[in-house]
Amino acid sequence: MTSTLQPVAGRGRLYWALADCGNIVRRQLTHYRRKPVYIAWQLGFPILSVLLYGYVFGGAMKPPGGGGAADYRDFLMPGMFVMTMAFGFINTATAVVTDANKGVIDRFRSMPMAPSAVVTGRGATDVIIACAELTILAATAFVMGWRSDGGFLGTVAAFGLLLLLRYCLTWVGIWLGLLVPDPEAAGGLFAVAFPLTMISSVFVQPGTMPDWLGAVAAWNPISSTAAATRELFGNPGAGGGSWVEQHAVLMAVVWPVVITAVFLPLAVRRFQRLSR
Amino acid sequence: MDDWAVRAEGLEKRYGEKRALDGFDLAVRPGTVHGLLGPNGAGKTTAVRVLATLRRLDGGRAEVAGVDVARDPRRVRALIGLTGQYAAVDEILTGRQNLEMFGRLFHLGGRGARARAAELLERFGLTEAADKGVEGYSGGMRRRLDLAASMILAPRVLFLDEPTTGLDPRGRGEVWDAVRDLVASGTTVLLTTQYLEEADKLASRVTVIDRGRAIADDTPEALKDRVGGDRIEVVAADPADLAHVARAVARVCSGEPRVVEEARRVHAPVADRVTALTEVARTLQDEGVQVEDIGLRRPSLDDVFLRLTGHATEEEKEAVAV
Repeated sequence: MTSTLQPVAGRGRLYWALADCGNIVRRQLTHYRRKPVYIAWQLGFPILSVLLYGYVFGGAMKPPGGGGAADYRDFLMPGMFVMTMAFGFINTATAVVTDANKGVIDRFRSMPMAPSAVVTGRGATDVIIACAELTILAATAFVMGWRSDGGFLGTVAAFGLLLLLRYCLTWVGIWLGLLVPDPEAAGGLFAVAFPLTMISSVFVQPGTMPDWLGAVAAWNPISSTAAATRELFGNPGAGGGSWVEQHAVLMAVVWPVVITAVFLPLAVRRFQRLSR
Repeated sequence: MDDWAVRAEGLEKRYGEKRALDGFDLAVRPGTVHGLLGPNGAGKTTAVRVLATLRRLDGGRAEVAGVDVARDPRRVRALIGLTGQYAAVDEILTGRQNLEMFGRLFHLGGRGARARAAELLERFGLTEAADKGVEGYSGGMRRRLDLAASMILAPRVLFLDEPTTGLDPRGRGEVWDAVRDLVASGTTVLLTTQYLEEADKLASRVTVIDRGRAIADDTPEALKDRVGGDRIEVVAADPADLAHVARAVARVCSGEPRVVEEARRVHAPVADRVTALTEVARTLQDEGVQVEDIGLRRPSLDDVFLRLTGHATEEEKEAVAV
């Protein structure tokens, strides 16, 4: 019996921080293998949104720079990618609060593993899931006629910015997951997330909104990612002459860095406060 | 300090104004089950969480398996197991996947984790359900899986925080059997419970905690003796008969009968239970006194509390208030 109880020896702290992170990722991904319905739901929602916004609203929308429903869909697709990334923080928060309430986080904390793995594992899983979501979404968009004219580098850079947005929102999700009382409350974050994605350039040009609202929409971080990816994909953009709209690619990097700089320490502090 | 599996001196833990631990002392002998008995809010869970390194101390010092919890929490974590009030296992994974995941996180390596998981599933009688999702497990099975996860490194000290709360009698029995097995293999167990019966069944020594302090530390037998063993309890139908009832009870009891006017109740400790009950019943019938209820009661946690602290447990107070 003791033969199996020999912890692997002679490895440094960094090795275990990475190995523990990998094991947490493995755990989360096993969830999807055991419950394929979760994937179906998580991927089904964006696909459904693309179809609904593309075909239900698409015909009524005036694409920027003129054109028909097909041109609006070219404008819309990068916005849908952004919306899916943006809503991802709700999944993060739900997963974190579920683990916290079930005592799983306490069990991890009572074990001699790297404490950082609980959060880094979450972040890594979110990015992996986001890759799967983007693959499926892009395939759906492709079938609907959307194309990237940005070349290989532009396309890769655009997806990179989308993942960067998803990654920085993981910290928001972890912070909120440790703040809200239960998974139901985490689900209720949709009520906040939905208007926040609407007041942006995801669906329409901020220029068509009342001035003050348009300004808010233009400065919304997810507008920057939407504008930057449209630019990199070579899709029709939302236009707008303000500084933030003119420097979309820069801001699509700056915003996530700022959000990470604010919410990573908040999330870590919240996590450490569990010891108080 | 080496002679103790757990040693705490003057532990203090505040949450805002509330003193959850207020000079709490504890000494647990290796290889025993030590009960930590107290009502809700007495500080049991806080004590366990501090000793298991989940909460930082505000004062005092504590050693677990000879290691200072404040100075070297990581080393403590390699020596302990913890089972909280909720079964802290992954509901979506199977039992085997849970134990293998925790095994890898305990740094046993892939092969080691697999072997250990198989061993523990066997030992806790979960082999058959090993590859089923935990969602489908019964309460007792979940708690046994939780115990197995706490046992992966064969910890020197295992903290069990109310391991049977919310379980049916069968699940409770399963957990008790598992705990006895663990102790037989050399693990020291600190068990918190609200049930005197549970402490009595499992623990060789019990610390009673109230308002963040240890107020008694003794064997379960000695604690029950202090409370005075069984009691007879009579509820009169008419408050006017209380004096009659008290006199009848006084004739058979081994101590002073107590009269609770507002509940129309008389109770007193008795030495010979059955004789006392029949005597009192006969006397009252002969005298034509109407009785609403008559019976024998074993000492409960409430009795232990009342005796040791002079005040009732919060639940008891609430019950009286209602």
